[in-house]
Amino acid sequence: MNIIEKILAKASGKREVVPGEIVEANIDCAMVNEITGHLSIRYLQELGIEKVWDSDKIVMVIDHTVPAASVEAAELHKIMRRFARSQNIKYFYDIGFGGIAHQVMVEKGHVVPGNVIVGADSHTCTYGALGAFATGIGSTEMAAVFIKGKLWFKVPKVIRIYVEGSFKEYVTAKDLFLKIAEILGENGANYRGLEFGGPTVASMNIAERMTICNMAIEVGAKTGIVEADEKTLAYLKYRTNKSFQIIKSDDKNSYERSLEVDVSNLPPLVACPDSVANVKPVSEVEGIEVDQVFIGSCTNGRLEDLKIVAKILKGKKIKNGTRLVIVPASQEVYLEALKEGLIETFISSGAIVANPTCGACYGGHIGVLASDEVCVSTTNRNFIGRMGSPKSKVYLASPATAAASALEGKIKDPTTLRWAS
Amino acid sequence: MKIYGKVLKYGDNINTDLIIPGKYLTLTDPHEMAKHAMEGIDSSFTEKCKDSIIVAGENFGCGSSREQAPLALKYAGVKCVIAKSFARIFYRNAINIGLPAIECETFWDKVQEGDMIEVDLENGILTISDKNVKVKAQPLPKFMLDILEEGGLLNLLKKQTRK
Ligand code: SF4
Repeated sequence: MNIIEKILAKASGKREVVPGEIVEANIDCAMVNEITGHLSIRYLQELGIEKVWDSDKIVMVIDHTVPAASVEAAELHKIMRRFARSQNIKYFYDIGFGGIAHQVMVEKGHVVPGNVIVGADSHTCTYGALGAFATGIGSTEMAAVFIKGKLWFKVPKVIRIYVEGSFKEYVTAKDLFLKIAEILGENGANYRGLEFGGPTVASMNIAERMTICNMAIEVGAKTGIVEADEKTLAYLKYRTNKSFQIIKSDDKNSYERSLEVDVSNLPPLVACPDSVANVKPVSEVEGIEVDQVFIGSCTNGRLEDLKIVAKILKGKKIKNGTRLVIVPASQEVYLEALKEGLIETFISSGAIVANPTCGACYGGHIGVLASDEVCVSTTNRNFIGRMGSPKSKVYLASPATAAASALEGKIKDPTTLRWAS
Repeated sequence: MKIYGKVLKYGDNINTDLIIPGKYLTLTDPHEMAKHAMEGIDSSFTEKCKDSIIVAGENFGCGSSREQAPLALKYAGVKCVIAKSFARIFYRNAINIGLPAIECETFWDKVQEGDMIEVDLENGILTISDKNVKVKAQPLPKFMLDILEEGGLLNLLKKQTRK
């Protein structure tokens, strides 16, 4: 069996499972944010449920609108707080204590290898970076999970993605995923799992693995996953006290198909409006004028991302007429970035640095786009209207491409940036 | 379970941001959500969606896990969604909130906007009433029909907890 089959078999008390089979799995951890959580909470109340199945296995995070930007948003926050208090939810990350849920789940040690984790948010697949099976569900199902601690899954077919070669400077995990999206298409992995492996993935740090697993949903996948290794163990060492077991694939024939990608000659890429699969080399769209650059989100708002951005921005000013909004993915990332002097570099270059929030990524607040505006964004979706006006245009890119574009005021290939200031 | 309705036809990759844009996610009343259903793609949707059946192409509902997407459609008066394929979270959400969703690769080419159709979920048969066209679709498994019969997972759970 492959890693996904093994995890689902274990969680459902079976020796073996096959693709297409429906299993009922025990849930190790369940996450909600305020946008989806308020519905689950309301459903539980309608059902008259007094106690959730296991208050220590539930993680609640306020992340979409932080701090509240409207009365409506504040009401959702209030519903979360009251529920967390009444149910004794230990892991409730209120404003100031967490950040974007997917970053918080990983850095606070809620995700360990071999676990089955559900989250009421589509980018829950991010946690596959640590070798867990994690997938997004809706609010009603989450209410059912809160009651029973179980959920049915169809065992997915799995596509194995084997990556080799080393990246050129300023070409990153984001560019790799955009390449995969170009090959598979927006719908190419629907109902399937993606297992990432090979020497390049082995050499990636956890932040990079999170970026590729995060975007698995963008090609329709149920989850993305990387087998846990020494890097995973080193990452988890001081972050969790949960016990776990590392699970690995052991059957080469358990994949629907395999895809091989060599990144040695991969150039920086962008996904042009309005699809993640509308991918072009940055060099082909260079020169398009940019109104806003957004660097952040659960895809690319980690310390490693911000370091690349700081390296490019250090001692320079962003182009007059272009705005740069930078949002660290969590309070922890924010603090580290502050200690390392990255925030000072950003502010000196003319960037707005905002507190951790989903904010601009979904067109909520802090950086919403006007009509006809062009944005280069390190997020994961460029659907029509995703970041604001339906007439705005979003190009998805790596933090390096985003930073280079902020300096030039135009889409810019970071590998050809002139360094003389 | 049989459903009748008038066809509203859409293409491929209708994502959740088109079905209900992010700025409406702080709404808590599904009737309010319904006022913005499909706002991202069809500004006249709410005028014509009463008792309709959406027939769409590949990957309907891709993107976010927001249950607000199928809720907005259901409360706007959409009776059922037929698509060549669904994004999985949308599909689960739709069934769970009691909006029938059924997959069929071939129906899209045969049907036109405004056609009156009948959907037989149990047997997986789609019929275009005036044209005498019948197409076989994937029938729904029993446990999904049970959820739909009750109008959603929540109602089913209510019934089970009452027992
Ligand atoms: S940062 Fe964007 S993609 Fe990630 S959870 Fe928040 S809204 Fe969703």
